[in-house]
Amino acid sequence: MITLGRKPHNYLNANYSPWSWLFSTDHKRVAILYLISITLFFFVGGATAVLFRLELMTPRGDLVISETYNKLFTMHGIIMVFFFLIPSIPAVLGNFLIPMMIGARDLAFPKLNLLSWYIYSIGGVFTIAALVSGGVDTGWTFYTPYSSTYSNTAVMTAALGIFITGFSSILTGLNFMVTTHTMRAPGMHWFRLPLFVWSNYATSLIMILGTPVLAISLLLVAVERFFRMGIFDPKLGGDPLLFQHLFWFYSHPAVYIMILPGMGVISEVITCFARKRVFGYEFIAFSSLAIAVLGFLVWGHHMFVSGQSMYAGMVFSFISMLVAVPSAIKVFNWTATLYKGSITLQTPMLYALGFIGLFTMGGLTGVFLATLAVDVQVHDTYFVVAHFHYIMVGGMVMAYLGGIHFWWPKMTGRLYPEWWGRVSAAMIFFGFNLTFYPQFILGYLGMPRRYHTYPEEFQVLNVMSSAGASLLGVGYLIPLGYLLWSLRYGRAAGDNPWRAKGLEWTTTSPPPTENFQVTPVVTEEAYAYSAEESEAEYQRQVEEFARGEETLEESRREL
Amino acid sequence: MEHEFQLFPEQASSYAAKLDWLYYSLVGVAVFFTFLICVLILTFAIKYRRGSRASRGNPSNGNLKLEFTWALIPFVIMMISFGWGTRLFMEINRPPADAIDMYVVAKQWMWKCQNQNGKGEINELHVPVETPIRVTLISEDVIHSFFVPAFRVKQDVLPGRYTSIWFRPTKPGTYHLFCAEYCGTSHAAMRGKIVVMERHEYAAWLEREGTTPASVQGRLLFERFKCGDCHGGDTSDDGPMLSGLFHRTETMRDGERLEPDLGYVRQSILEPQARVVAGYQPVMPAFQLSEEQIFQLVAYLETLSAQPLKSNTLPEELSR
Ligand SMILES: [Cu+2]
Ligand SMILES: [Cu+2]
Repeated sequence: MITLGRKPHNYLNANYSPWSWLFSTDHKRVAILYLISITLFFFVGGATAVLFRLELMTPRGDLVISETYNKLFTMHGIIMVFFFLIPSIPAVLGNFLIPMMIGARDLAFPKLNLLSWYIYSIGGVFTIAALVSGGVDTGWTFYTPYSSTYSNTAVMTAALGIFITGFSSILTGLNFMVTTHTMRAPGMHWFRLPLFVWSNYATSLIMILGTPVLAISLLLVAVERFFRMGIFDPKLGGDPLLFQHLFWFYSHPAVYIMILPGMGVISEVITCFARKRVFGYEFIAFSSLAIAVLGFLVWGHHMFVSGQSMYAGMVFSFISMLVAVPSAIKVFNWTATLYKGSITLQTPMLYALGFIGLFTMGGLTGVFLATLAVDVQVHDTYFVVAHFHYIMVGGMVMAYLGGIHFWWPKMTGRLYPEWWGRVSAAMIFFGFNLTFYPQFILGYLGMPRRYHTYPEEFQVLNVMSSAGASLLGVGYLIPLGYLLWSLRYGRAAGDNPWRAKGLEWTTTSPPPTENFQVTPVVTEEAYAYSAEESEAEYQRQVEEFARGEETLEESRREL
Repeated sequence: MEHEFQLFPEQASSYAAKLDWLYYSLVGVAVFFTFLICVLILTFAIKYRRGSRASRGNPSNGNLKLEFTWALIPFVIMMISFGWGTRLFMEINRPPADAIDMYVVAKQWMWKCQNQNGKGEINELHVPVETPIRVTLISEDVIHSFFVPAFRVKQDVLPGRYTSIWFRPTKPGTYHLFCAEYCGTSHAAMRGKIVVMERHEYAAWLEREGTTPASVQGRLLFERFKCGDCHGGDTSDDGPMLSGLFHRTETMRDGERLEPDLGYVRQSILEPQARVVAGYQPVMPAFQLSEEQIFQLVAYLETLSAQPLKSNTLPEELSR
């Protein structure tokens, strides 16, 4: 541990009392509160996955009974989607970085920001309560009439938890949008914004417009459950497909809440470690918005075999295909950014490159699902499970971890151990593929998802998947360990260890409570990197090093 | 239904090979682009690693032509995939006119299958090979999904509403029937078998099992519930005549025009006041019939038709 003289004043040492954390309206402290809570949820959600992957090692149900199995995958889905993925990058990295990236001292509504964390936590408490009071067995999708009439588990407690948490993402979205519109530093016009801000802006749009619909659908389930009012159950005069329409109207766009912010992280990391301006800035920025808007028009692709009309299926299939275009544009632009760069492969870059590969596979298998006839075969099978894990884990979780490593020095003032970082990034990449690649094959073979037991011929692929999951689990524990370790023993990072561009790197690490001593004035485009300069500097360093060696050698000889 | 390890699903219907062509073409596209991106990333990461001698002059930050090219290429591929997938989807949504009807009622957690000859089976459905089969589906409770991977078809089974699925088996054998929509505790145990038999074996099997045909069972129901008292012949004017029901268009009291089908008959039995034919009073009481009984009753009503229905009976060779 390096001891510094007098520690400069920063947001972490401003005040050590617990109250100063719990009532802090500093966006950076709220981000840390979110970081702690979502990490807890991530490992709870991960533990449920470990259990059901163990169960799936054998075709019979020998580890847990079917009720338990159903509750495990339900909890895994609810926790990972609503309490980890949706808040992950926006609420942690977005909260921490957006004000700093645009040169502001805080978000537009700091108190609302703190409130959103409390709302999130209350929602989380209800969900944990549902878990300990016996669990829920409806799947995270809450399909009716099973959820509204037939399930006799803690459906309402869990739904209430999600309902409440929804408001926290509405508040976060609102805060980001207003902040981006009104609080940019002088000279920071829209096309100078880091792409991370653009993608979080697009995400906020979805959070604000989509979440209320989810809240309404869960409310309607509650109304049917409590008052036996026929909304979804045909026995009471309702329509079960109505729920699916409402649910997916939110939950498809929510998929983009779970990937767009990740795309933002990738744009930041790739440019920094390739020392290159991003290729096609405007195309990447507008493709985020295009994805957000088109995302609201494709919900029916979850219902191709549900009994919705064949023609509705065609329209939804067509629009879903269109989403592939902006996604492809992003992938090609990131790849082109590497061309003629000056590339180093530190941990964040490994995550970013892994993201591109896995997101590409996730996106391409999405085309299978958008294709009507193919979806008929793979709908509700492991193919779908594999596909969305490639997007959400291969994409979003990789991006989140890459981002955490990239901005860790800024957030904590410490460096993480690079060797361990690379090892765990590689382990996560291989573990991930081993877990989910076999599931594509299983899906086309016809193994339905949410199956507690399965025919014997599926065992080999399931064992591969479970083996991968254990590797993946270890891969996630390693960063948890060394990041905590680095808080105390990590080397001091300095203000800008990556020599990255972007306003957040112009202030001290960790930043002072007010972010900047003087409001910055922006005079250049985002990502003003130069690969040639980076090379020239590297040559200078190499020569200097060689000179140093020579003098060392000479002095040795003289002795 | 083999128990050995496999990588590709068996093709057991006329449609399976057609879908596999599309599927494996998409696999080709996916593999190509994944490799393209991975090779590019690796090449760049090596060639342009810091300290390498590669030239970095004239870096480009964007190129309109390039952007449009790599927007257009995916777009064209998507449109081909859309068109191809839609064509096949229409095919499996339109059963051929000569399809044989089978009925399946799903409930937590079993499949109750019934064929035209009245043979009822639990979690098993015997069908003749090389014959188009149309299965009409309904659920007694929650949503289930009728999925036969070897035939590449799947259809959700809804409570309160009929859906249907069709296939033409091409290979005798036993195939998995899965419930694909999560339906509660024993969802994973809601598995059945589709047994595809040679035509002559199937005919023999039907004879051996010898049960009362569905239409006869329906007729018994018709008599038990005294449907004929009001809907009997041409004489009664209490309710609409039931013969030839499926071949006419009826006008409802509210002006709606519809062609009576299975769904309309079901609704008229369970909630008779919902849609009443113009010219009649809403006087019919509701009858609590099970889904199977409704199927049987409809099978009987079909025999009352003035003209033969769109061939919903077994081909001659089979019914003998
Ligand atoms: Cu979707
Ligand atoms: Cu089922």
